[in-house]
Amino acid sequence: MGPLRPCLFFYLFLRGDLVAKPSTDTWDKEFSPWNDPDEKPLIRFKNVTKKFGDFVAIDDLTLDIYTREFFALLGPSGCGKTTMMRMLAGFESVTEGTIELAGQNIADVPPNQRAVNMMFQSYALFPHLSIYDNIAFGLKRDKLPKDKIDARVAEMLKLVRLEKFARRKPHQISGGQRQRVALARSLAKGPKLLLLDEPLGALDKKLRQDTQFELMDIQETTGTTFVIVTHDQEEAMTVASRVAVMDEGRIIQVATPGGIYEGPNSVYVADFIGDVNIITGTAKAAGESKYYVDWGVNQAPILATSERPFSDGQECHLAIRPEKISITKEKPEEAENAVQGKVLDIAYLGNLSTYHVELPGGQIIKAQTANTRRLSRRNITWEDPVWIRWNATAGVLLAE
Amino acid sequence: MRRFAMIAVPYGWLAVLFLIPFLIVFKISLSDAALAIPPYAPTMKDGFGALLQGLDFENFVFLTTDDLYYKAYLSSLKIAFFSTFFTLLVGYPMAYGMARAPEEWRATLMLLVILPFWTSFLIRVYALIGILSNEGLLNQFLLWLGVISEPLVILNTNIAVYVGIVYTYLPFMILPIYAALDRMDDSLIEAAEDLGCSRMSAFWLVTIPLSKNGIIAGCFLVFIPALGEFVIPSLLGGSGTLMIGKVLFEEFFNNRDWPVASAVAVILLLILIIPIVLFQRNQQKQAEAEG
Repeated sequence: MGPLRPCLFFYLFLRGDLVAKPSTDTWDKEFSPWNDPDEKPLIRFKNVTKKFGDFVAIDDLTLDIYTREFFALLGPSGCGKTTMMRMLAGFESVTEGTIELAGQNIADVPPNQRAVNMMFQSYALFPHLSIYDNIAFGLKRDKLPKDKIDARVAEMLKLVRLEKFARRKPHQISGGQRQRVALARSLAKGPKLLLLDEPLGALDKKLRQDTQFELMDIQETTGTTFVIVTHDQEEAMTVASRVAVMDEGRIIQVATPGGIYEGPNSVYVADFIGDVNIITGTAKAAGESKYYVDWGVNQAPILATSERPFSDGQECHLAIRPEKISITKEKPEEAENAVQGKVLDIAYLGNLSTYHVELPGGQIIKAQTANTRRLSRRNITWEDPVWIRWNATAGVLLAE
Repeated sequence: MRRFAMIAVPYGWLAVLFLIPFLIVFKISLSDAALAIPPYAPTMKDGFGALLQGLDFENFVFLTTDDLYYKAYLSSLKIAFFSTFFTLLVGYPMAYGMARAPEEWRATLMLLVILPFWTSFLIRVYALIGILSNEGLLNQFLLWLGVISEPLVILNTNIAVYVGIVYTYLPFMILPIYAALDRMDDSLIEAAEDLGCSRMSAFWLVTIPLSKNGIIAGCFLVFIPALGEFVIPSLLGGSGTLMIGKVLFEEFFNNRDWPVASAVAVILLLILIIPIVLFQRNQQKQAEAEG
């Protein structure tokens, strides 16, 4: 095809660019390569196990990550998320199984030859080099000509809005700026995959929130695949196209942030992400994909819908988010589920209030409402008898 | 007032233990040798006016007439320079190894480096004679191995002086380099590799520059005392080893020419001031970079 090829590439480049720049803040609904059986994953973990001595850090893990994804590995410390990232970067070997990058097994590729760059938790900026030289470091290793390096560094500095700081040393700039330099440095070589190890961990909350959106913008602009490691569930939910919740070297669930929040597959995930009420009882069929949950001696059974089948008498856990439970002083009419209780505690968060309602059996259910009225006009207070209600579809019925 | 007192302590220390003795030595270097006690003239007993009139730079002029002194200075500089270099060559890998060792081992390794200080310096140098002499342990071991058929002549040569200096001053080289390497974040090396460095180039581009201050400090800590070293060249070096410390000792005790010996010492100090000032500036710059 000879001369046609560059044209074709250019065309694809243009098209890719147009498709990849959704104007909305949220993820493009069309972007879901994981649902497309023809799509080839960029990274493929196949039955990967990693052991440190007797300790199993990663336990027979299989996972696909696709091009242009912003993939979050979420879990408590020691769950193996950092080990996974270090295996991708090449700093840890794989004990069993294979990791493929763009279809190639990368087991024998040393870190300096992988088309993967990493942004370190400590940023790992070279203190003896200026910001310019830090960003140029990787480009110089590739022996690029001086003018190309200059152009690329300038582009990166512009991307992270640090043009004025090129001559400074890392200790002469603020923490937030250092974080952006680290990002620019890891993006400078145009990696296929960028790994971010707790990239915002060292920033204070306000700056972190701003930076999250900046990260997303940069990810969209550059079209690089990002894999982020974090223990902050809010961060994972905000930035990621998909989130993998990990525990003890295993992936418990992989789904979009909405999928994880609304449809957790286990009590562990439901509990790890956000606030949740877990009601344990036994299931009893109540029509098509509807179940009654027997949960207390003197309580009416709860009606809940579930796509997952449960047999009669099977133990089950109903997970309901507090914001899906409403609270009233009067007995609600025609509610699918309504229970009376007493306000035990009120957590006032400004925009929201969470009511801890104690039921006669001693269980405590959290109900959250938006504070649409001013605090002084709130009509529910401590010790008040109240009714809480929720729909059959509000919760998720879980087996484990 | 309190700040003044705080500053006054080190300055007072410096004045009493350095400046005043130096002025005395300087004064002696301007005097003439005499058969008296003390062995120079004029002294304070002659009255202040006579004292001032009796002082001249004769001894310094004398140092330029005999090329022994000039050769001794040069040879001292050479020996100090090369032994500093060799100490660095031996010390850096040791410091690097210590900094890379498992956390629980580091305290022990550090102790092992400092341990020789628990024994007298002189005894350790005598021990080296036992090792390096023609019938010494080293030669016997090499003969036993069959590597050599004739004992090597090491003792009483410059090589023995190098061995002595490297051995005695090694901890001064290791400790500052270790301190610099220990402070270094391991993820910097990983970052360098991640950005395309091989192990070796990561070492040259990151580890060496970041331990530069430790290297400089260690080199000065070895070079400065090595330049005026007297015990090692006189015990391990032969008649061919020319070092200014030895010359100074001979002028002072054998010739009893205190004024010339003092002149030698003053020049030695002037030579040392340059590296000392450089060392100070390095320390200051380091403090600023960290602050």
